[in-house]
Amino acid sequence: MSRTPSTSGRASNAKVMNRTDLTRRIVARLKSEEAVIGGIGNTNFDLWSAGRRPQNFYMLGSMGLAFPIALGVAVAQPRRRVIALEGDGSLLMQLGCLTTIAATAPKNLTLIVMDNGIYQITGGQPTPAAAASDIVAVARGCGLESAWASDEEDFERLLDAALSAARPQLIAARIDAQPGAGATDRDPVQIRERFMRGLGVRAAP
Amino acid sequence: MDTAEPKTASGLWHEIVLDTLKRNEVKLITYVPDRVLTPLIANLHADPYFTTFPTAREEEAVGIVSGAWMGGLRGAVLMQTSGFGTLGNVLASLAVPYQIPLIMIVSERGTLGEFNWGQALVCRTMRPVLDALAVEHHTITRLDELEFILDRSIKQAVATQAPVALILSPLLTGGKVFQK
Repeated sequence: MSRTPSTSGRASNAKVMNRTDLTRRIVARLKSEEAVIGGIGNTNFDLWSAGRRPQNFYMLGSMGLAFPIALGVAVAQPRRRVIALEGDGSLLMQLGCLTTIAATAPKNLTLIVMDNGIYQITGGQPTPAAAASDIVAVARGCGLESAWASDEEDFERLLDAALSAARPQLIAARIDAQPGAGATDRDPVQIRERFMRGLGVRAAP
Repeated sequence: MDTAEPKTASGLWHEIVLDTLKRNEVKLITYVPDRVLTPLIANLHADPYFTTFPTAREEEAVGIVSGAWMGGLRGAVLMQTSGFGTLGNVLASLAVPYQIPLIMIVSERGTLGEFNWGQALVCRTMRPVLDALAVEHHTITRLDELEFILDRSIKQAVATQAPVALILSPLLTGGKVFQK
């Protein structure tokens, strides 16, 4: 909590929450084999530590591609809800994808941005967006429905609404600078294979 | 002079590409546009068999088809040489290590009449990057070889779970011609 940077560009009335806690709240609400795509770094680490699910996909590289990968899953499996978890720094690598998601408008995709304004895993340097930019305003400008979560209860309410919405939603949460609560395995093929089995694309051996 | 249908290979190349994608159940097409690919892109959009849409960057297009493949839907990415130049990291950290049969169709600029030096330079980085990552690639120059190379390469990518790049030479497509 101590190293949260200035947030002049972000919703000043939003509570600074904790990613580990929010991620556990997300996973606890998943009852229908929803697919979850975790972005690189601490976002992934908290998804991993929130409990293994065969429908989770963990990125070990390709920074910025959690939302595009999730869009692909959502297009391929329109009956399954797909949730993507991404950090603010990662999203900045691939902001254009918000326009693609708004234009394709899958009915089953929820986007969550964990925003602490820093590149946490590389030493906590502030992102260029931290000083003056508002991710929710950017998402809205791209044509997505988007909101800041004001606190944990609001986050859960927004998530519930998003998981039954017919348009993609982006929920942003201000988070502190605590590291993730674990670390993923580092075997890409196993991660991918388990995920495909979890999605019913491949049968278990 | 316009982007002429080349006398050497006729305008059939893009019809063969579309038919071969369809025959191999490659249904999702993401792309960043390219002048030479214009008729192929237009025909893909017009054909309801395909889900076709543009992306803001080529990496994004790779992420989308990678996710779709894991979800059971086969896809391909269309791009230009300069777009391939942005893909080193996503190939090295997603497509290759996760063993994803990423199908890349690259319209080749930078050679055989290029007029932009930057295109000529970035083109020279493409094959060394593919070779460094041991990614299968073919440069298609002849209409009579197009279907065979494309069809077999898609099948090999899927069977071996490995990416492939199919580079469409100006010898096949006519390329982009300098206009004053």
